[in-house]
Amino acid sequence: MTDAPKADAPKPAAGRAGTKRELPEHFKAYRHVWVVIECEHGIVHPVSLELLGEGRKLADKRGVELAGVVLAGDPLTAAQVAAAAFEHGADLAYVVTDPILAHYRNESYTRAMTDLVNTYKPEILLLGATNLGRDLAGSVATTLLTGLTADCTELAIDDEGSLAATRPTFGGSLLCTIMTLNYRPQMATVRPRVMSLPERTPGRWGRIVEHPLNLTEADIITKVLRFVADRESDKAQLAYADIVVAGGLGLRSAENFQLVRSLAEVLGAEYGGSRPLVQKGWISADRQIGQTGKTIRPKLYIAAGISGAIQHRVGVEGADTIVAINTDPKAPIFEFAHLGVVADAIELLPALTRAFRAHLSVNRLAG
Amino acid sequence: MHIVVCLKQVPDSAQIRVHPVTNTIMRQGVPTIINPYDLFALEEALRLRDRLGGEVTVLTMGPPMAEDALRKALTFGADRAVLLTDRSFAGSDTLATSYALSMALAKIGEVFGPTPIVFTGKQTIDGDTAQVGPGIAKRLGLNQLTYVARICDLDPAAGTISVERRAEGGVQVLETRMPVLITMLEGTNEMRRGSLDDAYRAARSQIVKWSAADAGITELAKCGLKGSPTIVKKVFAPQARAEKVQQIPTSDLSTDALAASVMAAIFQKQPALEGDLLRFAAGQ
Ligand SMILES: Cc1cc2nc3c(=O)[nH]c(=O)nc-3n(C[C@H](O)[C@H](O)[C@H](O)COP(=O)(O)OP(=O)(O)OC[C@H]3O[C@@H](n4cnc5c(N)ncnc54)[C@H](O)[C@@H]3O)c2cc1C
Ligand SMILES: Nc1ncnc2c1ncn2[C@@H]1O[C@H](COP(=O)(O)O)[C@@H](O)[C@H]1O
Repeated sequence: MTDAPKADAPKPAAGRAGTKRELPEHFKAYRHVWVVIECEHGIVHPVSLELLGEGRKLADKRGVELAGVVLAGDPLTAAQVAAAAFEHGADLAYVVTDPILAHYRNESYTRAMTDLVNTYKPEILLLGATNLGRDLAGSVATTLLTGLTADCTELAIDDEGSLAATRPTFGGSLLCTIMTLNYRPQMATVRPRVMSLPERTPGRWGRIVEHPLNLTEADIITKVLRFVADRESDKAQLAYADIVVAGGLGLRSAENFQLVRSLAEVLGAEYGGSRPLVQKGWISADRQIGQTGKTIRPKLYIAAGISGAIQHRVGVEGADTIVAINTDPKAPIFEFAHLGVVADAIELLPALTRAFRAHLSVNRLAG
Repeated sequence: MHIVVCLKQVPDSAQIRVHPVTNTIMRQGVPTIINPYDLFALEEALRLRDRLGGEVTVLTMGPPMAEDALRKALTFGADRAVLLTDRSFAGSDTLATSYALSMALAKIGEVFGPTPIVFTGKQTIDGDTAQVGPGIAKRLGLNQLTYVARICDLDPAAGTISVERRAEGGVQVLETRMPVLITMLEGTNEMRRGSLDDAYRAARSQIVKWSAADAGITELAKCGLKGSPTIVKKVFAPQARAEKVQQIPTSDLSTDALAASVMAAIFQKQPALEGDLLRFAAGQ
């Protein structure tokens, strides 16, 4: 990934090593689009399915196949994960099954991935920008000495058939499109919830290509001593919530943040906030929404007392309906909200909670 | 123990403005800071040094003015600072950056003593890729520990280290052998206030300045634009949304009446939502 592109003078690309249009001969064999299907502890990460949706479009545009890459600790998990990949659009799956892969470790996963790439030669390799994906992508790209564009928000194929990966830069104030012209595979990561989930086709099946992991446990220096799963109840499920209510500094105090939680509770929603609330300790870090927090894609997003800074905006733009409550009619959030209310959130939030509660209980009695 | 912390000087992006007409970053007068994520790495390194003895070296690759970031790190208590600066590094992407930094790290090991631990931050706020750390680890063959929330155990004699790593859906407790590269998670510690002694020392310290050649880099083709497989094709401003916000009239309404009209407007935009909510309420 190009580091801090020199945006104040986007130089013409001429003269750069990356601009020779003719792909080196040995890279011409690289074909097809791959998506790494992340499945820590047997659970397929939704971001991988989102990537299959995106990968399908890229593969169709290129007229090539879409493959899921499955690294699993046992055959049953592998089969289930491969099935999920097929149902979400993969034509084939490259499967490496070995007990060594039961837990994610950089060494074993990097080895499996680089072996697969060197053997079957994909032109595009996509991973989720999760902790696992980012840990793995950096190692794989460095081992293969190829280009990697991190945290993309848009993937496309340009006129010459190369991957054009667009990502925010300078905290989202600008976007830049990045290409890997002379190296293969072209690698990119995408954050959860940036792309939408493709339709699932139950029963859809594809080809499986099995590949061995040429490693023994003794080869691997790093050991997993324990895995402590997050307790479901503690974990904010912001990224995949249908409704999210969030507060910002406009709420003025940690006590007032309770108003956000109450409305969220009535709506069965997740709650979150802008970054300053995390810094002040009003909410935990996993509830931060925005560029350096979670990207969300709910049906309904209610933002109370949030100004709508660009770093916040990039995390919420995928919401179907954004409702902004802000006392300042000029607040930037009104530039991207769908419904705007110029009002004091500290008064309106409890009134909304009352209104929804009353509406839901009356209609429930009626129904 | 000799620990190296890689840190980057970045523009304080909270203060960055984009020129409305030319879509370029207006850098003039934008202050620079140490990448905030790197402070967690630095503090963790300083704590290890305070506990186990040894030295902390801070390393940055950047323009000559990146010296300011290094001096700031010295005021927090770092013992030595190395600035890797050379025109041939301009335009580096993560692959080229990790190459240059890994060469400098190898040189630091030769000149100032072996470095069993290299720290980086989780990510930068300008490049924002979280890839430079893993890139360095791979190039130097260091065992890689990313998103570390806590260092549980470190045995310098046995050369082992165990950490808690933030994984998907839980925390992994990992044990490995040094040398390691650790990327530190944010919020895991709080940067100390440097002492007056440190500030005095920082003001007078010589910062080690290395060119590419000084760092032993002979293959300039692996540096800067030339060594970067990715190229920036274009830079542009995000599109303004075509659809205008629907403002809900507030005048003369009581708060409860306003809430009712907000709710009605939401249901009008999202007709299916009302049914979802009723089903949710029924399940309660
Ligand atoms: C590198 C970097 C990364 C960042 N990442 C993120 C991120 O991921 N997420 C994020 O959110 N921010 C992020 N930020 C911070 C971001 O730039 C803004 O500073 C932040 O989003 C502002 O938070 P806020 O809207 O709560 O506060 P403010 O900007 O202070 O806005 C408060 C708003 O509340 C309104 N208000 C005041 N009183 C009331 C009231 N009674 N009722 C209703 N409205 C009221 C005000 O009019 C104002 O618009 C990042 C910044 C940097 C530099
Ligand atoms: N130019 C640089 N000089 C020193 N360290 C760097 C540099 N660029 C990145 N790093 C380190 O690598 C980490 C990840 O950076 P990035 O991949 O840009 O998100 C940062 O937190 C720094 O610790």
